[in-house]
Amino acid sequence: MKILVPIKRVVDYNVKIRIKPDKSGVELTNVKMSMNPFDEIAVEEAVRLKEKGQVSEIVVVSIGPDKAQDVIRAAMAIGADRGILVKTDVPTDLGGVEPLAVAKILKSLIEKEQPSLVVMGKQSIDDDSNQTGQILAALMGWPQATFASKVVIESASLALVTREIDGGLETLQISLPAIITTDLRLNEPRYAALPNIMKAKQKPMETISPEDLGIDLSPRLTLLSLEEPATRSAGIKVASVDELVDKLKNEAKVI
Amino acid sequence: MSILVISEHSAGGLKSSTLNCVTAALKLSDDVHLLVGGSDIDNIVQMASQIAGVAKVIGIDTPALDHQLPEVFAPVIAELAKGYSHVLAPASIFGKNILPRVAGLLDVQQISDVMEIISPTTFKRPVYAGNAIATVESKDTIKLMTIRMTAFAPASVSGGSASVESGNSSSLGAEGQSKFIKAELTKSERPELPSSKIVVSGGRGVGSAENFSIIGQLADKLGAAVGASRAAVDAGYISNDYQVGQTGKIVAPQLYIAIGISGAIQHLAGMKDSKVIVAINKDPDAPIFQVADYGLVADLFEAVPELTSKV
Ligand SMILES: Cc1cc2nc3c(=O)[nH]c(=O)nc-3n(C[C@H](O)[C@H](O)[C@H](O)COP(=O)(O)OP(=O)(O)OC[C@H]3O[C@@H](n4cnc5c(N)ncnc54)[C@H](O)[C@@H]3O)c2cc1C
Ligand SMILES: Nc1ncnc2c1ncn2[C@@H]1O[C@H](COP(=O)(O)O)[C@@H](O)[C@H]1O
Repeated sequence: MKILVPIKRVVDYNVKIRIKPDKSGVELTNVKMSMNPFDEIAVEEAVRLKEKGQVSEIVVVSIGPDKAQDVIRAAMAIGADRGILVKTDVPTDLGGVEPLAVAKILKSLIEKEQPSLVVMGKQSIDDDSNQTGQILAALMGWPQATFASKVVIESASLALVTREIDGGLETLQISLPAIITTDLRLNEPRYAALPNIMKAKQKPMETISPEDLGIDLSPRLTLLSLEEPATRSAGIKVASVDELVDKLKNEAKVI
Repeated sequence: MSILVISEHSAGGLKSSTLNCVTAALKLSDDVHLLVGGSDIDNIVQMASQIAGVAKVIGIDTPALDHQLPEVFAPVIAELAKGYSHVLAPASIFGKNILPRVAGLLDVQQISDVMEIISPTTFKRPVYAGNAIATVESKDTIKLMTIRMTAFAPASVSGGSASVESGNSSSLGAEGQSKFIKAELTKSERPELPSSKIVVSGGRGVGSAENFSIIGQLADKLGAAVGASRAAVDAGYISNDYQVGQTGKIVAPQLYIAIGISGAIQHLAGMKDSKVIVAINKDPDAPIFQVADYGLVADLFEAVPELTSKV
């Protein structure tokens, strides 16, 4: 079976972001960008299924600027077979290409590629939307298993997915084709070995434009402004447990 | 203008997340309706009708909604939504799972994790792990939004007298695409993490699952919930359900005690709205001290048992 893995290029999770002085967005020039961590987990899961012999081909898709080729190559170095860049110069964060538009693009690619499974991140760490997989499942009329921490392919038409829910875990059996979104504990992505990074450069990648797919990317949400959150200033250091207990009882009055 | 709130509930009753959503809904309109979908929901509908401020409760009672699977439930919500200006669900796993599916069916761009309602079309929401707050305006006719629970106080569970009606279940989605197999729920006598007034969290510094009992002992002494960093969860000291942070639970208690937690931005995203923050860490330069009201530089294995004995 074929798996499609949508991957997003985002500001690296270690970067401390800066808001532009005119409050119109986040400063992205000269900022380290990487594959969204949840998408790396999705790629890793697809590769593991392929290594088990349950998957024949892994196609990764990224919607973003030319530079998004880097995350596609990174996914290929982990083991994806083929890449599709849906090239757009519209920003992919904050009021740019939104989850609804991403899902529409993915739908049209699914219709062309006919995968049996889509594995994707639960959330992009820039917009923190946590929507695209669920929207896509609705557009396709497919079942969804979100927040996955374990995936077992039972047959060509069934998968067993354990989900991280509030209060514990839940297991669902879903029919395929389906959408699965990944949570952090699904797996730990491998580091790509140098020979695989070299090999990735030879793998096929095609570039298409959203217009080719006939999809309108205009956003529904307008970003009016972007501000710093209320900052907390550091308080004081206490010298002992006794002093801490005293402060909590008599100053903060929280215990 | 009427507002629909999708209630979250379990066998035990309505979840407090529903009460936070009602408060948010009341900021938009007086005409707040609550949808309760499930099976055997009589007592939940009853509880819902008593929430202060709710005008109407719509119950859809059918075995098909037993586990509120989004494939079955989302089409019903989408159909009902057409009569409302806004549809709200909690930004819990439940709401995050189902509401975007409704958005897909209605061709609406959902607004996730709303923390402030500025007007019926303008909202504030955190982005980039809470390191920026975006003010966004929606152009959709029906606004679908998930509500950040910690940003809205819970509505009162009594004082209301909503009318009750049974909803139309003719648009239930087909069953069979997804089948509930089992749930393994963490059993705990302690208060629930998101609504507890005090949270005691442990990180990688705690060192092992056995050692994590010192966190639990302090929590029990304080009547607090237990939380954890992702590193503690990954290392297997405690189950995933306790993770606080950008991709875990968001908490804002009166008192948050971070023990052996360095203070990565992803962790801070889940707790920095707490009223008072205490950090206990042996590294005086740990970033957690930059947000802590009271910092204690100490070995947690000495300081925490002492603290437990003195509170
Ligand atoms: C996409 C993504 C999402 C993430 N989401 C989350 C999230 O939701 N929540 C989250 O918490 N993390 C999250 N993380 C992980 C985060 O980046 C950090 O790795 C994690 O929070 C670190 O946990 P920690 O502070 O327990 O461990 P560490 O950073 O290792 O800190 C351990 C601390 O314990 C102290 N210590 C050690 N021994 C003692 C002792 N004896 N006494 C006192 N102090 C001691 C040390 O000084 C140190 O400061 C996420 C990461 C990614 C990439
Ligand atoms: N621009 C994009 N290109 C490819 N995949 C994306 C894009 N945006 C979102 N996704 C996928 O959708 C998931 C959820 O994103 P979101 O709904 O934005 O939080 C991500 O983890 C990706 O797998």
